Amino acid sequence: MKLPGERLDGWTSIAIALTAGYLLMVIWPLCMVLIDSIHSGEEFTLAGFAKFFSSRLYYGTLVNSMLVTVCVTALALIIAFPLAYFMTMFRIRGNRTVQMLILASMMSPPFIGAYSWILLLGNNGMITRWIEETFGVTAPSIYGFPGIVLVLTLQLVPLIFTYLMGAWRTIDVSLLEAAESMGVTGWRRALQVISPLLFPTVLAGSLLVFVRAFADFGTPMLIGQGFRTVPVLIYSSFVGEVSIDRSFAAAVSVIVIVVTLAVFLIQKYIVNRRQISMTALRTITARRLNGWRGVAVHIYVYSFLTLALAPLIVVVFSSFRNTLYGQFVSGFSLDNYVDSRRDIIRYAINTFSIGLTALAILVVIAVLVAYLTVRRRGILSNTLDTMTMVPYVVPGLVIGIALVTTFSQGPLVLTGTFTIMVLALTLRRLPYAVRSTTALMYQISPSIEEAAISLGATKTRTLLRIIVPALAPGILAGAVLSWVTIITELSTTLFLYNTSTQTLSLGIYAEVIRGQLGTAAALSTLLLVLTMFSLFLLMRLPGNRENMV
Amino acid sequence: MTTITLRALRKEYGDQVAIPNLDLGIRDGEFFTLLGPSGCGKTTLLRMIAGFNTIESGTIAFDDEVVNDRSPADRNIGMVFQNYALFPQMTAAKNVAFGLQTRKVDKSENVRRVDEALGSVHMSHLKDRLPGALSGGQQQRVALARALVIRPAVLLMDEPLSNLDAKLRVEMRDAIREAQRAAEITTVYVTHDQEEAMAVSDRIAVINLGVVQQVGSPSRIYRNPANIFVAQFIGKTNLLNREVHRRDGNNVIDFGDGVSRDVTATIQEGVAGQVQVSVRPEAVRAASEGLGAEVIDETFLGSHSQVRAQLSTGEIVEFLEFSHRPSRWARGDKVSLALDFEMLNFFDAETGVSLMRKTQA
Repeated sequence: MKLPGERLDGWTSIAIALTAGYLLMVIWPLCMVLIDSIHSGEEFTLAGFAKFFSSRLYYGTLVNSMLVTVCVTALALIIAFPLAYFMTMFRIRGNRTVQMLILASMMSPPFIGAYSWILLLGNNGMITRWIEETFGVTAPSIYGFPGIVLVLTLQLVPLIFTYLMGAWRTIDVSLLEAAESMGVTGWRRALQVISPLLFPTVLAGSLLVFVRAFADFGTPMLIGQGFRTVPVLIYSSFVGEVSIDRSFAAAVSVIVIVVTLAVFLIQKYIVNRRQISMTALRTITARRLNGWRGVAVHIYVYSFLTLALAPLIVVVFSSFRNTLYGQFVSGFSLDNYVDSRRDIIRYAINTFSIGLTALAILVVIAVLVAYLTVRRRGILSNTLDTMTMVPYVVPGLVIGIALVTTFSQGPLVLTGTFTIMVLALTLRRLPYAVRSTTALMYQISPSIEEAAISLGATKTRTLLRIIVPALAPGILAGAVLSWVTIITELSTTLFLYNTSTQTLSLGIYAEVIRGQLGTAAALSTLLLVLTMFSLFLLMRLPGNRENMV
Repeated sequence: MTTITLRALRKEYGDQVAIPNLDLGIRDGEFFTLLGPSGCGKTTLLRMIAGFNTIESGTIAFDDEVVNDRSPADRNIGMVFQNYALFPQMTAAKNVAFGLQTRKVDKSENVRRVDEALGSVHMSHLKDRLPGALSGGQQQRVALARALVIRPAVLLMDEPLSNLDAKLRVEMRDAIREAQRAAEITTVYVTHDQEEAMAVSDRIAVINLGVVQQVGSPSRIYRNPANIFVAQFIGKTNLLNREVHRRDGNNVIDFGDGVSRDVTATIQEGVAGQVQVSVRPEAVRAASEGLGAEVIDETFLGSHSQVRAQLSTGEIVEFLEFSHRPSRWARGDKVSLALDFEMLNFFDAETGVSLMRKTQA
C-alpha cells in the first residue's frame, strides 16, 4: 500500500539537498548581513540605521534612488507602450531587424551605456566639444540625475517593450474586432480595451524595471558624480572611501531589501487580484499605415532605435581611436587592443571558465527546481520556490556583500576563489532561470511523463530522455540569455574578484575607474561582440519561441 | 492473457470520497468500458488500475496477482491518453520504439516491431514525422501503436477520442476496435460518450458518483437498464409516472385514454402502487389510435426527426419519425401515440431500481 499524498522517492532527496544548499548559500549569508546591521563589535545596536536617517548625506541617497527609479520606470513605460503598440499594429519597415536590435541594446552591459554617454556628452565628450566649438556655448552637463535617468531609461525601455510584445501575442484579434464592432477604435480602443488586458504584464515589467533601476550600481557610479544613489552609498561605505563601516553598509543593505520587497509584494498583490488568462487563436496582424501617420510612426521607432544603439556604436568607434595616458587623441589604430592583449586574454579566459561553469550549474538547478515546483507541489517545493526568488529582490551588490561577509571567515573560506565567483553568478541568475524553466515545464502535459512511465521507463530515464529533451529548445534559449546576463554582470561580483578571477565586465569597470578609456573601449567592444554573437546564436536556435528575460 | 479483478476499492481526495467501495471483474481479452458523466470517477478508476493514482484500501489484481504495490512502470500496461501524450521531440517511429528500448528489446527486433505496430494503425508512411506535424487523429494512431507495441498485459485508454471531431471519432473508434481485436489484449476504456461506448465495447460498466450502476453488454444495458440513471444516461428515454393496479388477479397499468397493459408477467411479484415507466422514443409511434397528444415541435435530423408531443396528463413524450413521409408535424397538431409494450421498462418510483423480472434479459 502506498502512502497517500506525498510520494517519497529520489525527488524528495533532491528537494532536501537543494533546500539545504539554498539555506547555506543564500539565507545564511543574508542573515549575516542582517546580523551585521544590528551588531557592532559584540553588542546589539541600531547605530547603522540611526546614522542613515541622521544625515541628509545618507538618507538623501534613498530619496535620490527613489527619484531616479520612479522617473525611469515612468519614462520607460511612456516610451515603450507606443513602441510596442506601433510594432504590433502597424507594418514597420525592417520589423524583425528592429526587434533584434532593441533586444541587443537591452542585453548590452548597462555600465557600457553610462560610459559611452560620457564619451558623447561628458566634459570632454564628442558632442559636448562639437557644441562648444560650433556655437561657443557650454553644453548642459550629462553628469548626475539627467545622465542616470537617460542611461537607465534607454536601457530598460527594451525590457518593458519585450514584455509588452509577449503579452500582445496573447491578445486574440477577435477582441479588437469586437471593440471595433461596438464603435471603439484607434486610441480609445488602445486605452479602453488593450491597456487593461496588458495591465498585469505592464505591472510585472515595471517591477523588473523598478528593481533593476533601484539596484543598478554601475551607471550611477560612473555617471552620477555628486548625485549618489543607495547602491553607491553601500559600495563606498563597504569599501571605504573615507572609513570602512560594515555595520552601516549592512544597515543600508537591509533598508534597500525592505524597499524592493515592499514594491514586490504590492505588485504581487495587485497582479493576483487582476489575473487575466488569455490564449489567442488568431494573433493580431500588423496593417500598413499610409501618409503622415506612417511616417510619424517610423520616425518614432527609428529615433528610439538610434538613441538606444548610439552608445554601442560610440564604444566600438572609440576603441579604435588612439589614446595617450588613457585619454583619446586624434588618429586611429588597433593599439588599444594590441597594448592590452595580455589582459584581454586573461579576462576572456576568466569570463568563459567562470561564466560557463555558472551557466551549467544554473541550468541543472533550474530544471530540478522547476520540476519540483510544477510536478511535486508540497511544502518543501513551495519553500524551495520561494527561496530561489530571494535574489530577485536583493540587489546584486548586497548579494556580493553577503557572500563576502560570510565566506571570508568561519568554517568556509571562499573569498577570492573561482568557486565564489561561480556561486555569486549562479545565485544572481537563478530566479530568472527558474521562472522561465517553470513556465516551460507547465507547457509539458503530465500525461507525457505518465506515458513514459507506463511504457516501463524509470523516473531518471523519464527525466533525461523525455522531459529534458522536450524542454531543450526552451532551456537552450533561456541558457543563452542567462549567459549574456552572466557575462555582463558587474555589481554582484564587484567585492568577490581578484586578478585571477577578473572577468571582462569587471575589467571594463576597473579600466574606466583607472581612467584607461581606450582599454575600456576595447574591452567593451569585445564584450559587445560576445553578447551580439550569443544573441545571434539565439536567433538561430531551432524552435526559438522568443521566451525572453 | 489477463483478467483484472478489483475488490473493495476506495479512493479519497482529502475529505471527498471519489470511490466509496467498488468491485469489478474484467475478463481476459475483453473490451471493457467505464462509462459515466464527467466527475463520476471513471478516469480516477482507470488511473488506479494504471497505478498513477494511489488507493486508500482494496485490491487490484491482474490474473489473481495483486499489483497494488507495483509502480505503473512494472505493471506491464499500455496507456493511451486523452491528449495523446506523444513525446514532442521524437518522431512517430521513435515514440513507438521508446517502450521497446526500456524493455531492452534488441535492435532488429525493435525495428521490425515498430514497423509492424505503425503498419497496424496505417501510419507507416508518416513514421519520420514529429508529433507537431501530425493531425489529432494521426497522433492518436501513433499513441495507440506505442501502447500496443510493448505487448502489454492490459491496454488502458482514457477518453482517447474526445479531442477529435465527430467524423474522425467514428473512424478512430473502428481503428481502435480492430487493433484491440487483432492483439487480443484485455482493454479498459474510459468515455463519457454512450454511443461510443456501445459501438466499441464487449461489456460496459455504467458509473455514477463513484458507484457502479450496472455492468453488462451494450444491448443488455440499453434494453434492460438496472435503474433510472442508466436508462436516462444510455440513449434517450421518456419517463411516465403510472400506477400498478390489481385487476382480476393480474397487475395492470392504465396509461390513459383507454390504453392499458397487463404487466403481471413482466414485473416482479408483489409490486403495487406508483412506478416509473421508461419509454424509448423508438417505442412510440403515431398511430390511428392510442394516447391522445398534441404536437409541440419537430426537430429535423436528416435520416429521422424527433417529435415532441404533450399528453393530456401534461407529460411530454418524444418519438421518432422517418424523414421520408408526406408531411411534417406542426405545433398544435393532434396525434394518437401507440406504445410498443415489449420495449418498456418499469422502475420503482422512489428508489429508481428496475422492477423487471430477471428472466427478461
